[in-house]
Amino acid sequence: MSKIKEQIYFDYAATTPIDPRVKRVMEPYLDDKFANASSVHSMGQDSANAVLKARDTIAGFLNCKANEVVFTSGATECNNTVFKGVSEAMKEYGNHIITTKIEHPCVLESCKYLEKRGFKVTYLPVGSNGVVKVSDVEKALTKKTILVSIMYVNNEVGTIQPIADIGKLIKSFRSLSSVPRFPIFHTDAAQAVNYLDCDVDKLGVDLMSLSGHKIYGPKGVGALYIRKGTLIEPLMHGGRQEDGMRAGTLNTPGIVGMGSAIQEIKKTTLRQAQGGENQENKRIKFLRDELINKILKTIPNSKLNGDKKLRVANNVNVSFKGVEGESLLMLLDGEGIAVSTGSACASGSIKPSHVLMALGRGPLESHGSIRITIGRFTKESDIKKLLAVLLKAVKRLREISFF
Amino acid sequence: MYSKKLMKYFKKPKNVGKIKNADAVGEAGNPLCGDIMHMYIKIKKSTKNDWLKKHIIEDAKFETLGCGAAIAMSDRVIELIKGKTIGEAEKLTPDDVAKGFDLPKQKIHCSVLGIEALKNAIIDYECKYSDIKQDPA
Repeated sequence: MSKIKEQIYFDYAATTPIDPRVKRVMEPYLDDKFANASSVHSMGQDSANAVLKARDTIAGFLNCKANEVVFTSGATECNNTVFKGVSEAMKEYGNHIITTKIEHPCVLESCKYLEKRGFKVTYLPVGSNGVVKVSDVEKALTKKTILVSIMYVNNEVGTIQPIADIGKLIKSFRSLSSVPRFPIFHTDAAQAVNYLDCDVDKLGVDLMSLSGHKIYGPKGVGALYIRKGTLIEPLMHGGRQEDGMRAGTLNTPGIVGMGSAIQEIKKTTLRQAQGGENQENKRIKFLRDELINKILKTIPNSKLNGDKKLRVANNVNVSFKGVEGESLLMLLDGEGIAVSTGSACASGSIKPSHVLMALGRGPLESHGSIRITIGRFTKESDIKKLLAVLLKAVKRLREISFF
Repeated sequence: MYSKKLMKYFKKPKNVGKIKNADAVGEAGNPLCGDIMHMYIKIKKSTKNDWLKKHIIEDAKFETLGCGAAIAMSDRVIELIKGKTIGEAEKLTPDDVAKGFDLPKQKIHCSVLGIEALKNAIIDYECKYSDIKQDPA
C-alpha cells in the first residue's frame, strides 16, 4: 500500500495558492453574481460595482487614479501590451527600446518580435549580483529611445532592481525632450507586489504590470497601470471595456479576487505605515535567511545566486557543484517537496538559464541551480524538512556524478 | 514528466562508480546541455585475432552529472553493454537505449549521451591497444 506523502510547496514565485479569504470574496461571482459587468440591468451593475471596488483598491495600492488601472489576463498580457502597444503608438518618435538580459521570457520574446519589425533593442547586462546599473541605463538612452522596461524583481534570482533611481534618471533625461513622457518607463512588478512599495509616483513609472496569481489571488487575471497621457495602443480590439484599452468581457471573479488579494497586502503594509512592522514579510524574510545560511553552511560547494541584500524576501536560488538542477528537483519531488529549477531544462529547453548566464555563471553552474521560493503559508517545520531532504539529495547526486 | 521505468533507473541506478584500472574510458556530453557522462569499461581480452567478436565487456560503470533522464539513460546503456562483445556494443543505437522508457521529446539527446560515451570508450580502447587493430581480420 502506498502512503500518500504530505506535499510541501516551495514554488511561490511560480504561483501562489489562493488565500482562503480571497476565495470567499470571489465565490459569489462564480455563482449567482455571474452577470456581465458591461450589462446595463441591475444584475450587470452589481458586477460592475464589484469591478469598480477592486479597481479602487488596486489604484489605492499603486497610488494612482482608478481609470489608470486596466484589467488583463495576467502579467504576460500586460507586458505584451506594453511592448507592442508602445512601439506602435511611438514609432514616429523613435525605434529604440531598452531592457535587461534578465527579463521574463514574455518581455524577451516580445523584444525579438519587435526586432524583426525594425526596432532596435538594447539588452542591458547585470552585475554578478544580478542587479542592473543605473549608469548603464543612462549610457544606453538615446534620442530615439521610446521605451525603457526593467523588471522590479527578477523571477529567478529575486534581485531587486533600482526602479526609483532609474525613474529619476528618466525624468531628468525627459526634460530635454519636446515629446511628452518620452521615453516611457515600464516595470514588470509581478514578483514585487507582495513585498515592495509599488507607489507609481515614488518609482516614477508610467506603466506597471501586475499579476493576480503571484499574490494569493486567482490565475488568469492581471492589471496594467497606465499613467494618464501615456501613448500606447491596445493589444485586444473589440468592445469598449476598459475605455477601449482592453476589449473582452471583464473577468469579474478574477478581478474581484485580485482586488481582495491586494486588500490583504494593503492590510499588512498599512500596519507598517502606522509604525508597526510588516509581520508577514518579517517572518518570511527570517525563514528565508535561515534557509540560505543553513544551506551554505551545511552543504559544501553551494553558492547563492543573486545579491544577498538586494533580494526579495521570499527567494532562495542556489547552485550546487557537481549536481544538475533538474535531477535534484526530481529527487526532492519524490520526497514530497516542490521546488523549481533555475535551468529551463525541465520546461522543454536544454539551454541553461539566461538569467544565471547573465550573472556570469558558467553553463554547468547554471544547470546546477534550484529556486526555492517561500510565502504566506510556509512553516518553520517545512524549512527544517527541506534542509534535511536537500542535504541527502545533493549528497546522493554527487555520488552519481564525478564530483 | 517521466515514465515509471525511467524514474526507477534514475532513483536506483545499479552501475554507478569508477573502475580502477579500466581498460577504456569514454566521456560524452556538453556543459551547455548540462549533461556530462564518464564511462569506464573492463574488457576480457582474447588471444584470438578477431577482437570485435572476441573481446568482451565484462564490467562497466558510469558517473554522470545530469538530469534525471541522463542518469537513467547512462545506467541503461551500461546494462545493455555488459557481457557483449565490442562488435555487438558498437552496433547499439540511441533508440535501443531509449526503447521502453518513453523519453520526453526534449530529452531524446540523453539517449545519445550514453552511446557517445560508449563510442569514445571504444576509440580509447583501440588507441590503448593499437596492436589489436593490426591483427589480420
